[in-house]
Amino acid sequence: MASIFQRVGAVASFDTKKFHLSSRRSLSERKASFLVVRSDAAKMNIGFNRIGGRADQLVTNAVATKPDAPAASTASKPGHELLLFEALREGLEEEMERDPHVCIMGEDVGHYGGSYKVSKGLAPKYGDLRVLDTPIAENAFTGMGIGAAMTGLRPVIEGMNMGFLLLAFNQISNNCGMLHYTSGGQFKIPVVIRGPGGVGRQLGAEHSQRLESYFQSIPGIQMVACSTPYNAKGLMKAAIRSDNPVILFEHVLLYNLKETIPDEEYVLNLEEAEMVRPGEHVTILTYSRMRYHVMQAAKTLVNKGYDPEVIDIRSLKPFDLHTIGNSIKKTHRVIIVEECMRTGGIGASLTAAINENFQDYLDAPIVCLSSQDVPTPYAGTLEEWTVVQPPQIVAAVEQLCR
Amino acid sequence: MALARRSSNLLKPLSTASSSSFLNRRPFSTDDSTTITIETSVPFTGHNCEPPSRSIDTTPKELMTFFTDMALMRRMEIAADSLYKSKLIRGFCHLYDGQEAVSIGMEAAITKKDCIITAYRDHCIFLGRGGTLLESFAELMGRQAGCSRGKGGSMHFYKKDACFFGGHGIVGAQVPLGCGLAFAQKYRKEDHVTFTMYGDGAANQGQLFEALNMAALWDLPAILVCENNHYGMGTAEWRAAKSPAYYKRGDYVPGLKVDGMDAFAVKQACKFAKEHALKNGPIILEMDTYRYHGHSMSDPGSTYRTRDEISGVRQERDPIERIRKLILAHDIATEKELKDIEKLARKEVDEAIAKAKESPMPDDSELFTNVYRKGYGVESFGADRKEVRATLP
Repeated sequence: MASIFQRVGAVASFDTKKFHLSSRRSLSERKASFLVVRSDAAKMNIGFNRIGGRADQLVTNAVATKPDAPAASTASKPGHELLLFEALREGLEEEMERDPHVCIMGEDVGHYGGSYKVSKGLAPKYGDLRVLDTPIAENAFTGMGIGAAMTGLRPVIEGMNMGFLLLAFNQISNNCGMLHYTSGGQFKIPVVIRGPGGVGRQLGAEHSQRLESYFQSIPGIQMVACSTPYNAKGLMKAAIRSDNPVILFEHVLLYNLKETIPDEEYVLNLEEAEMVRPGEHVTILTYSRMRYHVMQAAKTLVNKGYDPEVIDIRSLKPFDLHTIGNSIKKTHRVIIVEECMRTGGIGASLTAAINENFQDYLDAPIVCLSSQDVPTPYAGTLEEWTVVQPPQIVAAVEQLCR
Repeated sequence: MALARRSSNLLKPLSTASSSSFLNRRPFSTDDSTTITIETSVPFTGHNCEPPSRSIDTTPKELMTFFTDMALMRRMEIAADSLYKSKLIRGFCHLYDGQEAVSIGMEAAITKKDCIITAYRDHCIFLGRGGTLLESFAELMGRQAGCSRGKGGSMHFYKKDACFFGGHGIVGAQVPLGCGLAFAQKYRKEDHVTFTMYGDGAANQGQLFEALNMAALWDLPAILVCENNHYGMGTAEWRAAKSPAYYKRGDYVPGLKVDGMDAFAVKQACKFAKEHALKNGPIILEMDTYRYHGHSMSDPGSTYRTRDEISGVRQERDPIERIRKLILAHDIATEKELKDIEKLARKEVDEAIAKAKESPMPDDSELFTNVYRKGYGVESFGADRKEVRATLP
């Protein structure tokens, strides 16, 4: 099975070069040349195995910090190395530089630099009005951002924790999502609502909420979840440029991921999924932090002789059923690994969507591994078992592929 | 010959309302130069600020415009009432009759670049911003010719080119939006203000105070206008608010209490507020007004207040009557001419309704349009992945 790895590695290094050359575009209004890198893996079947490494043994909390990148991905691009929060900041800064209408608002984003340092250094550079420190009034400042967006500004609203955005739910649902529709297309709301969510390190129940699915039914918004520095920067830029309201879900534990990203400007597609590891036996769909648990489990699975195909769905609304479908048509088995709640979670609606569209291609029922329907406990051991751990993923794949 | 011609001119009846230019026939009804000084009904009450003067200068043209526009608004709302009862308008329909002076007075003091945002009682404000009767009625009936293409309804009237931002169903949610509009105006260093309107019921919402705090913190040019019609649906203000002095609720934010049934008081207050907001940040205006209809068409409006109260206000404080008396007192037009104006308003409304009824319902495919906006400059697949890649021109 080591040969599979090598083949994947070789293909990756060759094709990324090809990508750089063939997809160079320059748009007239931009001075710098501008590169669109499409992770169009469905057609080209390459693995962009960019994950910063993880320890070799199976650890239960997979948060990669060691820069143990495979030779393939670092050798072919010069790039620069940075952490995920710095990548987000780079994306923000580039967009603010490019368009004077982009502004940031949130609690402690300005002088403090952002509670996770995402907007550090931006307030001294762009001023207090463009990087606005708001009082603790989520409902009102989210509404303010939406009102400003109605006139053409492009605010990036930060929720210090996604759980706090529950206070702004009315504004997000009724005003953000619906105004384009109820005004007959007169107003567009180009806001980005971003913030960290997910289970952290013993942060307590209210600060460890997995609530992507709460926003999922809101018509008119798009949701994306970033998982690597590369896609964090690309998705941030795409979200800011998009004319639709986008909710960008970050994860508290992923902010210190290190990776080398290209020097050139790139914007990713908001509605596209990312092929992390192509395979033949089973499709594993995942997003955000669970991607790392899955890759951890994938290592074990490969050693045991399985060939999982891992897709980071990235786009939570709408689902990239194109990429997912192509994968299912190949492997005929699906496991969804997510951090969202079991009841009414992203996995639940993804299961429904796959069943509706790809029923004929499935050899077995879809397995959905999601976090438990409990408030996140404080005790470390209990917290570990609230979310899906790599041994559970390995067991599920073995069960499914029997 | 000349004599006959001259006399035939004199004998020509002056009151035939033949075309839309009937207002131009009377030389002094378009008179912009004569100044008439009017006193507001009651003096203003200020909180943390020096209230403006009670005396206002106006012209005959302005008086006639006020009367015509308010008569049109009143007619539109009454017609909406009967359309609702004949089931052509469904759902919720919140009528503004009785409160017309607030819209008219505000429009007279500001430009179309100043933003207005309000809640669901928005038909007349839409009209005041330049919306047409056809767009209003078509939207109320859910037709394609409506201002929101039939997809919004009574509570979602918007007019972007006139800076009218709607039209919101959730009580109080428009106040943070309004502060956002003011924020954008400050961000772009524009010389314009935002009038954020809400009712006495919404005045108890927390988000209002959150937004007010932020507006005061950053000196945003936001003017919060509380249209106090004394009833939050069925609950009288004394049963809902410990302090019904809504203009004082801003604490450190100055406030002004205005008689909202007097269009000139409203105009004076709005002018004062605009000057204040551009220099010093937010200010609260409380418009003491009244609605004749219930909260909406599903509410008879008489279970929580007496009919005597309603007719009392109608007799003593009706905004159109006040303007009518002023016009007659200053001899700008005769009683009959005013009646003709009202008849013309009725005719215009009827024509608009007929035209709106002809407009078709939205196409079935419109169900899915305007949920997202497509394309922006980088290749994007569109939300349903079936669209051709969209790129900015």
